[in-house]
Amino acid sequence: MARLDLRRKLSVLADAAKYDASCSSSGTSKRNSVGGKGIGSTEGMGICHAYTPDGRCISLLKILLTNFCIYDCAYCINRVSSNVERARFDVDEVVDLTLNFYKRNYIEGLFLSSGIIRSGDYTMEQLVLVAKTLREVHDFRGYIHLKLIPEADPKLVEMAGLYADRLSANIELPRDEALARLAPQKDVGVIKKAMSQVRLGVEAAKPAKREKIKPPKFAPGGQSTQLIIGADGAPDTEILDRSASLYGGYGLRRVYYSAFSPIPDSSSILPLSKPPLMREHRLYQADWLMRFYGFSAPEIGEGASNGMLDLAVDPKLAWALNKREQFPVDVNRAPREMLLRVPGLGVKAVDRIVSGRRYRTLRLEDVGRLTRSVAKIRPFITALDWTPGGLTDAADLKARVTSRTPEQLSLF
Amino acid sequence: MAVATLDGETDFDGWRKAARAFRLAGVEPAAARFVVAGAVEQGGLFDQPIAEEASPTPDDRRAFNVPKEFVDLAQNLILHRSADRFDLMYRLLWRLKDEPDLIKVISDRDVADALERVKNVSRASHKMKAFVRFRQVHDDLGEAWVAWFEPPHRVLEKTAPFFQRRFTTMRWSILTPDGSAFWDGETLRFGPPATRDMAPAEDEIEDFWKTYYASTFNPARLKVKTMQGEMAKSYWKNLPEAALIPELVAASSVRTETMVATPSPQPNPRFARAVAPDLHLARPDAEAVPENLDDVAVGVQACRRCPLYRDATQGVCGEGPKSARLMIVGEQPGDQEDLAGRTFIGPAGQVLNAALAEAGIDRSDVYVTNAVKHFKHEPRGKRRLHKTPNAGEVQACRWWLDSERRLIKPQVVLALGATAGLALLGRKPAVMQERGAPIDLSDGSTAVLTVHPSYLLRLPDEAAKSEARRLFIEDLAAVQRRMR
Repeated sequence: MARLDLRRKLSVLADAAKYDASCSSSGTSKRNSVGGKGIGSTEGMGICHAYTPDGRCISLLKILLTNFCIYDCAYCINRVSSNVERARFDVDEVVDLTLNFYKRNYIEGLFLSSGIIRSGDYTMEQLVLVAKTLREVHDFRGYIHLKLIPEADPKLVEMAGLYADRLSANIELPRDEALARLAPQKDVGVIKKAMSQVRLGVEAAKPAKREKIKPPKFAPGGQSTQLIIGADGAPDTEILDRSASLYGGYGLRRVYYSAFSPIPDSSSILPLSKPPLMREHRLYQADWLMRFYGFSAPEIGEGASNGMLDLAVDPKLAWALNKREQFPVDVNRAPREMLLRVPGLGVKAVDRIVSGRRYRTLRLEDVGRLTRSVAKIRPFITALDWTPGGLTDAADLKARVTSRTPEQLSLF
Repeated sequence: MAVATLDGETDFDGWRKAARAFRLAGVEPAAARFVVAGAVEQGGLFDQPIAEEASPTPDDRRAFNVPKEFVDLAQNLILHRSADRFDLMYRLLWRLKDEPDLIKVISDRDVADALERVKNVSRASHKMKAFVRFRQVHDDLGEAWVAWFEPPHRVLEKTAPFFQRRFTTMRWSILTPDGSAFWDGETLRFGPPATRDMAPAEDEIEDFWKTYYASTFNPARLKVKTMQGEMAKSYWKNLPEAALIPELVAASSVRTETMVATPSPQPNPRFARAVAPDLHLARPDAEAVPENLDDVAVGVQACRRCPLYRDATQGVCGEGPKSARLMIVGEQPGDQEDLAGRTFIGPAGQVLNAALAEAGIDRSDVYVTNAVKHFKHEPRGKRRLHKTPNAGEVQACRWWLDSERRLIKPQVVLALGATAGLALLGRKPAVMQERGAPIDLSDGSTAVLTVHPSYLLRLPDEAAKSEARRLFIEDLAAVQRRMR
């Protein structure tokens, strides 16, 4: 019967953890189980072991240690006033589940979070204990992501950094005022301080030049955070500004955007609105532009109207439509930075163009081989046998490059 | 037609040997044929095995080189399941003699075709790492792990070392229709093709996995196409969790509708007493006049007098003894100060500390603070660039600086730079003209101006830097003399 109980717990505590958008298991230090007593490896790139029908990947066993919580955050299903079914894992149960799943190649590791029970310190101690047991008792070398309890003692954060690949503390709401209103027991200042401790820890773990003794590893996969979209009225530009501020301030690897999703047993102060899934997608694209394409948050904002990204076109195309004077770009001459700004050209395609054009002058057909659809790119480039003529400045260009009609994904 | 027979579908060495011989014998791509021994496909009417004399002599071998990129490409290309891959490989090899940079010409039809197939192969290898599912078995030696897998391309041998690195301490086998891989903890062996019935059909943990899979799915965000794009249906039959998909998809709209239609319930009374206190009700009043330095520290954290708090981590208050006779006022916390919550610990702080020591001032005797308590900056990629606070922000923050001055009552207040001067004097001073000269303040203390240490850091010219540093230390020493 004990087994049945464990399955029930797993069901409750996985369900309770599913609103955390993060699932990544990439970007940590490379290691494997050769020469060790346990199992596990990380090779830089994370692996998605399955996808659920919501299109999300399963890379880690993402669960809560417990969904009991003394906090009352309106947007959270686990808030104290919710009537949701409660459960709590023992430390050993989480360790066993992780190892059993890992050995069968279901997962890359563990993402452990928790509701706050007793105190921040007590809860953080339990989370750290799971990671410590996996690492020290079982020599587990897979990926571990621990959620920080921001108000916990800095010593516990330090320990968490020794065992975990990645740490995260969720900012949750883009607007501080909204956090104060919807999560009265949380304080954005405390969350930011925890993040700055992680950044300082990560920096201290990087050995200085010429230093022989390496400092101990600290969260080699860095840190991330999550913003809930659509619960507090913040427009996209404000959200992107906040992300830029978080990336710059705490060296975050990722900011995750989670469209506010109706939750069972939801609080009456939240509106039950359509989850803006396309909006979430556009924010991800914009985030991508900031991290890999050299765009700044205000630049992306130039392509937005009333602070909101266009749902009909991706943010790079929106920017380009707004900045026609910068186009067309000559694929055979333009610097890499400018090619990265051409709608439809990704980092890989740009790198191949830059390397390929040293040997041949590229034609439109050649560029077409590098991308899914050359139709979107044509108005913005010139090639050996192609110039867009008046197309770049055509009044109906937006309609021409967006074949499909815009549509908010409907759920209800 | 010249024909070479390869030992297997992925016999790269065999292909390489034969291709080299063909190339040296001048066999044109259209006339070269590669067949796999024992394959169903039979030879053509005019096939003839390659003549012995066409084999290369050691001298020829030296004269014939291909770039490493080609070898890497071909090694992956041969794993593709298409029947014409050997011909594509040979066509590329043939052309390499006249076009040594061919592999880099991404616009070339053959190269683009090859790169596309290699992408498919590497995707298949990646998906194998993801979708292999081991099942536990027990034999004489204890527990072991067996998986049945059907890769879309022949990636078993390429991918098996990944499992060896990951599961070094486990005994495992991966069985596929193309061949099998076995790891006994010490050596990796490859065996003949297998069939599905040779692998176990179930595993007791699988129910837990399915439970997890079903629970982690959010029915309010159905995106079946995205799922299939990443987890193609061809893999589903060997993924235990995939059997749940139709049911999860079918039930999702009902689950979501029920969830949304259910009215918000009354809070759970059982937990009423467990609620944590509301932080924001207990928040200190930032408007109350501070009675001691602790009040200042707490008040600054809650300060909303200007918008700078929004992007800063925390307010950074002054530090030093309450009895300090010297107060040093800087501009604002920088990146490091903002993170650590302590004043003058970054690069400018290092300069200040060294200069203080040289001027004979013990920093532990000094109260060191800033005109503005929150870090004003602009994000630039992964960094934060310092921005000078404007007059409004300086004015808003004077509430705190004035409180610090009132509580410490220093004899001398040394202002570092124009912003600190503005905060003290209420006007923007010309630091270079006014530096070093004592200015009486209304509370009876004396203000002295000098440059900000970060100014010394910014000077590009070494000579100018050391001169500026000398003057800075001189200003500090003059202050020290004034206090005696």
